This record gives sequence, C-alpha cells and structure tokens, in this order.
Amino acid sequence: MEDWRKSPSSFTAFSVPPLLWLLAFFLFPLAIVWLYSFGENVSLVDIETTWTPDNYIRIFQPEIISLFWRTLWLTVITTVICLVTGFLVALVIATAKPKWKPLLLLVIMLPFWTNLLIRTYALLNILGTRGRLNDGLKWLWEGTNKVLNAIGLEGLIGAKFIPIQFLGTQGGVIFGLVYIMLPFSVLPIYSALERLDKSYLEASMDLGAGQIRTFFYVLVPMVMTGVITAAIITFVPTLGQFLTPDLLGRGQVDMIANVIERQFKKANDWPFGSALSLFLLYITFILLAIRSIYDARQSRREKI
Amino acid sequence: MKSFSQQAISRRKLLKGASAIGISMTIPAALRAQGGKLNFYNWDTYIGEDTVTDFEASSGIKVQYDLYADNDELFSKLKGGNPGYDLIIPTNDYVERMLISDMLLPIDHSKIPNLKNVNPQFMDAAFDPGRKYSIAYMWGTLGIGYRKSAVDGIPDSWSDILASDKYSNRIAVLGDAQSNLQMALKAMGKSLNDWSDENIAAAEAMILKQKPHITAFAPDNGQDLLLAGEVDLAMEWNGDILQAMDEDDDIGYVVPKEGSMLWQDALCIPKGAKNIDNAHAMINYILDAKVGASIAEFIFYATPNNAAKEHLGADYLENPAVFPNDETIALCEPSVFPGQEIVRKIDEAWTRIKSAG
Repeated sequence: MEDWRKSPSSFTAFSVPPLLWLLAFFLFPLAIVWLYSFGENVSLVDIETTWTPDNYIRIFQPEIISLFWRTLWLTVITTVICLVTGFLVALVIATAKPKWKPLLLLVIMLPFWTNLLIRTYALLNILGTRGRLNDGLKWLWEGTNKVLNAIGLEGLIGAKFIPIQFLGTQGGVIFGLVYIMLPFSVLPIYSALERLDKSYLEASMDLGAGQIRTFFYVLVPMVMTGVITAAIITFVPTLGQFLTPDLLGRGQVDMIANVIERQFKKANDWPFGSALSLFLLYITFILLAIRSIYDARQSRREKI
Repeated sequence: MKSFSQQAISRRKLLKGASAIGISMTIPAALRAQGGKLNFYNWDTYIGEDTVTDFEASSGIKVQYDLYADNDELFSKLKGGNPGYDLIIPTNDYVERMLISDMLLPIDHSKIPNLKNVNPQFMDAAFDPGRKYSIAYMWGTLGIGYRKSAVDGIPDSWSDILASDKYSNRIAVLGDAQSNLQMALKAMGKSLNDWSDENIAAAEAMILKQKPHITAFAPDNGQDLLLAGEVDLAMEWNGDILQAMDEDDDIGYVVPKEGSMLWQDALCIPKGAKNIDNAHAMINYILDAKVGASIAEFIFYATPNNAAKEHLGADYLENPAVFPNDETIALCEPSVFPGQEIVRKIDEAWTRIKSAG
C-alpha cells in the first residue's frame, strides 16, 4: 500500500463511501439523540428541544448513580474474567498444532451461529433451580449420600439437597455476560499471539529467564495491544447489556441499559433516555481518552 | 354470517374450474372492489390458526401480517408516524393514549354489519365513548397463576404475592412497573387508578419490602417459570396462564378477592392507513360468529362476540379462568391512562425498587 499522501485522489475516492455511511447512520442519528437529550415531552408523541439541562440533572438521582456503579462494577468484573480466560484460551489455540487451529477457532465462533436470545434461554434452562446443572449436582449429591450412609456417616452433607441459586444473582448475570463476551476477547489476543515472533521467547529462555518470568516480562508486554483491544471490545458492549440482567438476572440485578430501554418504551420518556445513553457514551469516551493518554506516554517513554 | 365462507368456497371453485377449462371468468364486482392489500399489525399468537389465510381466500385481499411483543413497541413504532399499518390491536389504555395523541381514524360502523354480534356491553367504553375508534377484540384479567400441589389452599389475595413471606422465593411478578404498583394498590384495597403521591409511595414501599421474597420480575414469561417449577405463584395475564394450564393439570388461575385489572384489546385503524376499506372488511370478518369462535377456541381469551359463543363448548364458556364470575368482575377495574406526569413518577418509583439491594 502506498502512502496516502502520494495519491490523495484515490484516497478520497475510497474514503467517501465509508464517510457518508458514518454520517448517515451514525453521526446523524446521534445528533438527533443529542437534540432529544436537551428536550422535553410536550405531548405523548412530540418532543421539543428546549435546551433544558433537566434530563442530565436527573441522572444524578441516587438510584440512577447506584445503577451506574453496579453496571460499572459488573462490567469490570466481566472484562477481567474474559481477559484472563480469553488469554489462556488464545494461548492454547496459538500453540496448538496447525491442523487443529481452524477447528479450535471454529469452536469459539460456533455460538455466534445461534441467536443471542436463544442462547440466553438455553442458559436459563441449564442454570435454573430445577435446571440441568442442579439436576446433575443433585445426582452427585444422592450418590455421595448413598456412599456416606453405607459407611455410617449419615447426614454429613446435609439431610436434603439444596439447589444452588444461579439466576437472579450478580453471579448469574456475570456468568451470562462472560459467556456472551468471551469470544470477543479471545480473538484479538489470539491474533496478537499469532503475530508474535516466537524467537523472542526462545531468547528469553536462553538468557536464563524461567517460564513464568518469560510469560510476564516478555510474552504479556508484547501482546499488550491485543489485550487492550480485547478489553475495550469486551468492556464497551457489556456496559449496554439489558437482556442478560432481564433474563438471567430475573430483573433483580438491573443494569443501566434496563433503565434506558424503559425510557424508550414503558416510560415513554425519550429525552431522559437520550441523556442516559449519551452519558454512557461519555463514560466510554473518557475511558478511551485515558487509554490514548497512556499510549502517548508509553511511546514517549520508549523514545527516551 | 355464513355468506362469507360460502362465497369463499364458491369463488375458489369457480377459479379452479375456470383455469381447468381454460376460460377467463369475470370476478363479481363486489369482490373485485375488495381486492388489494391490508397491513395487519398484531400481537404474537393472537389470532386463529387459519384466520388470515381464510380471509385472504374469501376476500381476495392480500394480508401483510406483522407481530409486536407489547403495547409499547406498537406505540413507539407509530409515534413517529404510521409506517404503513392499516389495522392494529392496542389495549384499552393505549387506545386512550392514541386517542389523546390523535393517532386513530374513526371506524365506520355501517361498514361492519357483524357489529350486531358484539355484546352490547362492549359497544361503549369510558376510554372510547360510543366505540367510534375501537372495536372490542378480546378481554381478560390479571391474576395469580399457581401450582396447585405446592400452595396451601388457593392463593386468592394479592398479599400472598406482594406482602407476605409465606411463599418466599417462589414468586414471579410481571416485569412492568405500572401493573405491579397497581396490584399493590389493589392489595391495599384502593383503586388501581388512584395515583396520589401517598399511594405511589405506599405501593413502592410494599414491593421494595417484598423484593427479597420475589424470585423473578418476569418479562411476560411468568407462565414458563411456573411450568418449569422455578416458581409456584406468578402474577400473569389469564391467557398466558391458560396456555400453561393446557400443558399441566397442576396449574390453576385465580383472580384475587381484592379484585384486579380488567383489560380489553381493541381493533383500531391508525391514522395514515392506506387501506381503510380493507381494514373494515377484516374487522367485519373477525366479528363473524364462526370466525370469532375459531379465534377464541385457539387463543383462549374471552371474546365479546355473543354470536361466536354459540359455536363454543363448555370447556371454554364455563372456564372461570376465561370468564370470571360476576362478583369477581364487579371488583375489577379497567386501567385508565394516568398521563405522562404520573407515568414518570411510576417509572421513578420502579427505578428505586430495581436499584435496591
């Protein structure tokens, strides 16, 4: 590829369609949402942009703030779990024999072939108190109890099997979010690992660093860009999830997107919903800005 | 109204005969006038199995049939301007919202001879006096679905679900704010349309206190939770529980003794409809005795169509979950649209409930 500065006309020709696309389907709708966020409901169907700051002020009600914190907390936990698990999975795939790689990648991609709603209902079936997972645990419990009874240790593991409650808890929601987001964190880390020159690892080992030191001081820093990309594309969509809290959380562990969804439907309060959506967007921007500041510092340090 | 179906058969036969012997036939003018299209926007599984195809065959009108999941989806779609629907079925309080917002077209009763089949009680309503804009389609109640073998007696009070730890962690309630707060008002013996600030606060406090005992705020899938054995009591619409009762004999339905919400879905023609005559034809077709009976038999909601009842059996007509007795109905009220101000207060109360814990 030539430098674009050398052939500006072909660059322009190629960049116009995507720019128009961005303008028509991203910036224009976003501008409408932005106008709505400074609006007021004047009737059930009409919104007037009166430049009122009310919708933004309403965000600072304690219950909304506490939902934002809960959302942030669940998202951070989900992202961390996804990165750690994703890293290990990516490592396994990257170091697998070449003939296995396509198959392993396919296994990661496979869930995408089924609709998210159907996968969530499948999880409901597995994780319920009368679900398949608890059925399995009950079977194990009964077996163990029989053995214990036979050797005269009655009641050691309780008199009755108590199913574990996964649904309607924060744990259940985190499980569901990790399940949905994991492929998104595996793929960028995998591609970073694939591009990695393995001779660096050999050099590190040859120079006397152990497995663990090589991993943390050579491997991880070298694929850091992949990890950060994975973190961002896991974190940002997780912030906006509402289906998982609704179904796996059974409405007991709402996230902020549940409130936003209600504003556009039940509550019929599009201005407030718009303000909340944009607030979420601002949080994302701030996080991305922090990242680029960090990047800039890194590269400056490297130059020195 | 046998004539419709007879016409259908004869017309189909005629066309068949015509094509068989290779001559062209002139379609009767009355039928030709009815050709064209109809964009019908309805709830999921809310019409007879063959109603739409039979209507197409008998009228020559091509029906584009689309589905929505709830009133809010319908309202949001039409809010920015009708994208082309000719016939919709909103619930009474949304008919009200749409009337306030001037989103409906008047219905010409003279074009719907089958209106004579409709129970006169349903030919007037507070939300649409004289039924100028809406024709009753189905009606029902909100109540408690329960697993007979798991409850102690019949859980016939809203307090069992909203103000008691008796069935702790075996309870599902609806996922929407308004119905929950309204049933809390009913549990306190108040009108479900009395949205004073004290009432909202009291209802909010009741549900907030009950929250640890509630297993799920179910987005309209309480019947599934009941069937799966995840809960033993569920606040649900009678039609949903009836479908569960069909699958499992151990499930019952009761309208609590404090009374409940009485709802009615109505056929309406939204403003901006292009095929107004065809929409009238479809309304007339649905109100036909036999067609009405086949719809009611399939979806098992209570029909306001008196003529249709003559074609229906005792398992439907004498089912208390479909038709509650008169004393129960006397305690029930239709929900009135409270206005945007109150809707906002209800939603804010709900956010406080949902963010707790």
